[in-house]
Formats: sequence, structure tokens, C-alpha cells
Amino acid sequence: MNDNKLSPSTEAFTGLTLDPQEILPSFTQAANWQERYRALMLLGKRLPPLAEALRQESAQVRGCESNAWLYHREIDGRHYYLADSDARIVKGLIALLLTAVQGQDKKTIAALDLHEYFDRLGLSGQLSPSRTNGVLALAEAIKAAAVESSKR
Amino acid sequence: MEFSQLRSQFPALTQSLGDYPLVYLDTAATSQKPQGVIDAMSRYYQADNANVHRAAHQLSARATSQYEAVRDKVKAFINADRREEIIFTHGTTEGINLVALGLASQLKAGDLILLDSAAHHANIVPWQMLAKQTGAEIVPIPLTDEARLDQDAYRQLLARKPSVVALCHVSNVLGTVNPVKEMIAQAKAVGALTLIDGAQAIAHLEVDMQALDCDFYLFSGHKMYGPTGIGILYGRYEALDKLDPLLTGGEMIKQVSFEGTTFNILPNRLEAGTPPIAEVIGLGAAIDFIQSLPREAVRAHEQALLKRLQAKLKQLGGISLYGAHDDNVGAVAFNLSGEHHQDVGILLDQQGIAVRCGHHCAMPLMQTLGLAGCCRASLGVYSTDEDIDRFIQALKSVKELLL
Repeated sequence: MNDNKLSPSTEAFTGLTLDPQEILPSFTQAANWQERYRALMLLGKRLPPLAEALRQESAQVRGCESNAWLYHREIDGRHYYLADSDARIVKGLIALLLTAVQGQDKKTIAALDLHEYFDRLGLSGQLSPSRTNGVLALAEAIKAAAVESSKR
Repeated sequence: MEFSQLRSQFPALTQSLGDYPLVYLDTAATSQKPQGVIDAMSRYYQADNANVHRAAHQLSARATSQYEAVRDKVKAFINADRREEIIFTHGTTEGINLVALGLASQLKAGDLILLDSAAHHANIVPWQMLAKQTGAEIVPIPLTDEARLDQDAYRQLLARKPSVVALCHVSNVLGTVNPVKEMIAQAKAVGALTLIDGAQAIAHLEVDMQALDCDFYLFSGHKMYGPTGIGILYGRYEALDKLDPLLTGGEMIKQVSFEGTTFNILPNRLEAGTPPIAEVIGLGAAIDFIQSLPREAVRAHEQALLKRLQAKLKQLGGISLYGAHDDNVGAVAFNLSGEHHQDVGILLDQQGIAVRCGHHCAMPLMQTLGLAGCCRASLGVYSTDEDIDRFIQALKSVKELLL
């Protein structure tokens, strides 16, 4: 994806680290929805905003009511992503997706059950085809990027 | 009239979502259905199910008489002149497509079609298809700074003698009401055909075809407490009779041979295929429901609710309202300043509040307002002060969370 188009630097990709062991407890241990969604918005802030030039149509993920952009790069068999959205909760949901996949290999990413993952974090329903938040479309794009990239 | 008791007729409204009671403020998308509508459809399937018009048996006769009785009921409901002027469609969108594409042989290159800048896509895209087919030109009637159709600009456009003027009665996003009666009269004076999308008006306003005097008026059953899958195209007989059919086959045929086919007369000519019979019967029950309520009291109740909604949103602070006038109907469009409408929608949903957030199938209006989208809270006859207060409380929580 994004061949021959403007793309973030390799350092930008590898510079984004999201440690599940550090991140996920604030969701599994949230006392109520307010805490959970506050954690989502905080997490979203850890995704560096994409420069205006990188908010290009070729990187846009369809199926989102808000705008969302996704970049992917494979480095030594590991998959790295950068993403941004103009909606804060959607950005947090994207960051949660990336927490599950950042720096993983293709096999691990392909085997991920993201529905189970969201359910476990108390966010069931957000990864549903009937939602306009676009998280399902992003999840599919993230998986497809890993699978297709390794074919080449 | 005690409106809070009305609520018990709507089974879907009694539920809770997690720890929160459902606050349904998405009636403009689709209204909830009263028990009478649900029962009428279920009774039809249990006792009378048969295809209409065709078979020579008692079940079919019963189904046909119930089905055709609804045509008379709709005729009376909107004060149409003849029962043949009532066409059953699957909804407003299909009806506008039927009219726009059915006019193809009557329009030619260079003909002018005036459209409502605040229109739903369903009252834009079929006209674009017609324009593409015929070479006709589309010109949108601009909006004023108050998000109302600019009447001076409209008069200037009418001087160009348009062939068609297509408007919405009530904006699906803003709830603004167009002065359709005056606009129709002005359009007719220059010989234009007039079409009114009444989808957002029919549950709230008295709609009288003799008073409006338009050529076409459309609405959907599901926005007036009836089922989905049924809509009405009203057409003045002469205008309707000239439309080319959009769909062919089935009941719309008089005579078919491989040498040629002749079409049936109205209304059947525009109703191809087996119609949505249960839905027509459900629509009949929805009209009964609306007519069982005192019209004036309903109007006063809904206006009081809307006023409360607008006022409380203003009081809350940090809220942008769009085109929010005193004489609006049924809906309020808003954003929480500096926040994305989708974030607001997700967080309201966590608290059992059902509103719609997005472009509302009115992208040109969003562009005019300079918005990516907005939230819309909309009301029905079953809405209460408590709904509004819960919604405002929830929005307050959203504000706190997003700060």
C-alpha cells in the first residue's frame, strides 16, 4: 500500500511503540465507561499526528464517518503502522488496534481475534459492521496490509 | 391529552441499554412503532396473508380489500382528489427516483431543474441522473445565513423558467420548514412541475394536497410511526399519468404479447410487482394512530419539546446550533464546539442516548455550513421532557469527559 506515494520515515514507524502489558490494564480494570473512554482518548494521544501532507486520500480508510489514515511498513518481517484520525475516540480505538499488532509478524497478526480482543477490553460493539466508527474497516486494512505485503 | 401515557403504546421505548434507560432521539431517521401497527401487520400475516388483486379466493379478496382501503385512507389523510393519485412505493427515495426518471421523455437539453440546497441526497441524485440522461441543467437554490432558502434568489431563478422545482418540506438535518405553499405557487406561475419531499413533515405537520397544490408529494411510512418498506408517492393525476414507469412487469401490465405490451391504468401502472402488502396495512394502522391524537395538541406538545431542547442546548454552553429557529419542526442540529460529532455520538450512546451523527445524507448542506458533520437530536410524539433532560445531562457528561 501507498507505493510511490509520500510515506512516513522508517524511524517514524519503528519509533511508535505500544506495550500491551502497560496499556491494556487501564481498560480491563476500568471501573466504568467514563474511565474506559478517558483511557481511550489518552491512548490516542500516543499516536503522533500525521503531517498534513500525509493526510492524503491514498492513505484514507473507507467506511469511517470520521477521516482516518493508515500507513504500513514491513521491516525485517515485522509489521509497523502509523495512523491518525480527526476524531479522538476513533483515534484511541485505532491506537488499541495498533497495540495488538505493532512490531508483530504476519502470522501473529493474521491469527488475531480482534472481536475477542475488544470484548475483553470492555469495548464490545465498537468493532461491529453496523457502526460508522470505521474501526472494523481499519482492523481489516491492518490485517490485509500485513498479509498482502508479505506476498510481494 | 396526557402524552406521557402515549409512551406505553411503543414497546421499543421501554428498554434500557446497560445501566441507562433508552432515550430515543432519532425519530427523524425512523420513528418507533406503536403496538397497533405491529398488531395490524402480525394479524394480516396470521389471518389474511394472500397476494392482492389476482386470485379468485376469499383470502385474496380480504387482503385486497384491506390493501385498497389504505389507499383511500391515505387519500383522505392528505386530502388528495382521487384514489388513483396515491401510489404505493417502497419509500420516499424510490418515489423521487420514480418521478425523476419518469420525466425523462418530458425534459430536453438545457431545461432547468431547481433544487433545495439543504436537500437529502434522495432529492438530489435522481435529478442528477435525469440531467445526465436529458442534458438538463441543475441549479441549487442558495441558502441565507439563517440556513433558510433564499427567496430573493429563488425568484430570480424562477425568471429563467425552470421545468422542475424540487424542494423538501422540512429539512432532515436542521428541521427548518420551507414556505412550500408560496414557493409552489410561484413555481406553477412560471409553468414548472413541483415536487415536495415530505418525509420529515408528514408525522408533524398537517399536509393537504388541495392547499399545497404541488404536482408530486412524497413520504415514507417508517417516519410516521409505520413500518419500513412502504412509502407514498402522491401525484396530481395529469402529472402522474404522464410519467414513464420506472419498473415494469406484474400488476402494471394490461396486455402483453411478444409484439408489444400495453400498460395498465393508474395507480397500478406505477406499481410493478407484488407490493409490500403487510407494510401497506401497517401504514393504514399508523394513519389510524396519528388520527386518534388531537392534531392541535400534538403540534403544541412537539413545539414545546423542541423549544425546550433548543433552549437547554443553548444554556449548556459550548454548543453550536445550526439553523435553529422557533418555527422549526422535529429536529435540532448541533455540535459540541471543537469536538468531532462522532466522538460525541459514541459517548452519548454509552449513556443510552440515541442520536444521529454524521452528514445526514445532505453533504451539500454540510459544505454550505462548512461542517464535516453534526449531531442531530430529533423528536416524536412519544418524546418527553424527561428525554430531553436526560439527553442534556448526558451531553454535560460528554463535555466533562472530552475537556
